Amino acid sequence: MAEKTVKAPMPGTFYRRPDPESGPYVEEGGSVSAGDTIGLVEVMKSFHEIKAEEDGTVSKFLVGDEEAVSAGQDLVELE
Amino acid sequence: MAIRVKQPGLLTTVQDTGRFGEYAIGMPPSGAMDVFSYQVGNYLVGNEEGAAGLEITYFGPELEFTESAVIAVTGAELPPKINGEEAPTWETLAVQEGDVLSFDYLKSGARSYLAVAGGIDVPVFMHSRSTYTLIGLGGHEGRALQEGDELKVGESGDRSDRVGKRVDDDHVPAYSDAPELRVIIGLASYRLTEESMQTFLNTEWTVTPDADRIGYRYRGGELEFVEREQPAGAGADQANVVDFGYPIGSIQVPGGVEPIVLNNDAVTGGGYATIGTVISVDRDTLAQTKTNDKTRFRSVGLDEALEARKKRRRQMAEIKEALA
Repeated sequence: MAEKTVKAPMPGTFYRRPDPESGPYVEEGGSVSAGDTIGLVEVMKSFHEIKAEEDGTVSKFLVGDEEAVSAGQDLVELE
Repeated sequence: MAIRVKQPGLLTTVQDTGRFGEYAIGMPPSGAMDVFSYQVGNYLVGNEEGAAGLEITYFGPELEFTESAVIAVTGAELPPKINGEEAPTWETLAVQEGDVLSFDYLKSGARSYLAVAGGIDVPVFMHSRSTYTLIGLGGHEGRALQEGDELKVGESGDRSDRVGKRVDDDHVPAYSDAPELRVIIGLASYRLTEESMQTFLNTEWTVTPDADRIGYRYRGGELEFVEREQPAGAGADQANVVDFGYPIGSIQVPGGVEPIVLNNDAVTGGGYATIGTVISVDRDTLAQTKTNDKTRFRSVGLDEALEARKKRRRQMAEIKEALA
């Protein structure tokens, strides 16, 4: 099956969990539906939910939790 | 009505040259952060200087034109698309009724400017159309654009003869992700130890996610203040002084970590020692840096700052004339 990616729309800091006390939105191997949040990007004092655009299984996170990301950077591989 | 906001982007606001001259009541100027790109946009579409445009930050909006218009996109490399087809920046473009302007992912810089012939026609508040979102005044309802907003465009007459005009390549800036910003040291730089001033000037700072129209916060070093007894009227922090005015572009270092450059929407005064001020020309450069970029600060004298300003004005006059 073709690999798809979810990209960061804007530069910032990537978070895999909604808050420090919670677990990640989704783990590698987990399935997501279109519209599901897979992480957050923090920039300009706001957190922006990053959503899957289609259904799939997360094959790989390409960026770690709390890492810097640039606009258009691939965050997650979906299959 | 002439522009319908289908998607607002991350932070898209109406801005012009700003609400200058109101510091006495604590009103910051707001206005386009990258003055050069904003002004050149107006030259391209044949607007009067000071006509309002849109400032687009990091991630572009999707805008539908409900009547034909003459437009230009300048500033960051945030590739514009008209009905999905990539369109050039720094060039006057024609759009027809029903055309949709959208943007690809940001490639370099941070802020794009959309100029529309006739200007964005929002009400003037205190001699400016600029949006000041913190208080909720100016611009379109005092806030960033939202889905479903409708913007009026001012009367422009037929400007179709301008379509295809473009800014000479020599004048199109290339945005670095590690620029140097020139600063005038002062007004309260005496509060820093000499060693820390050297650290400030020698450090390659990183732009944090807290970088917006209010201030840009940097990380990368620690600065120390000269020990002193707390003067009457100053706060307890070593970074505190007795309240004074903050110039636009001034740099404060609360707690000695994370210098903050104050921008167009910042508080106009307060009690933090400002150790330097980014020169006006280089505030355009700052406006095109983004979270995670690097920045160095270089100390210059007032002569160099004023010379840079004159040179920039000559350059802008040259561009304006070439596009007339």
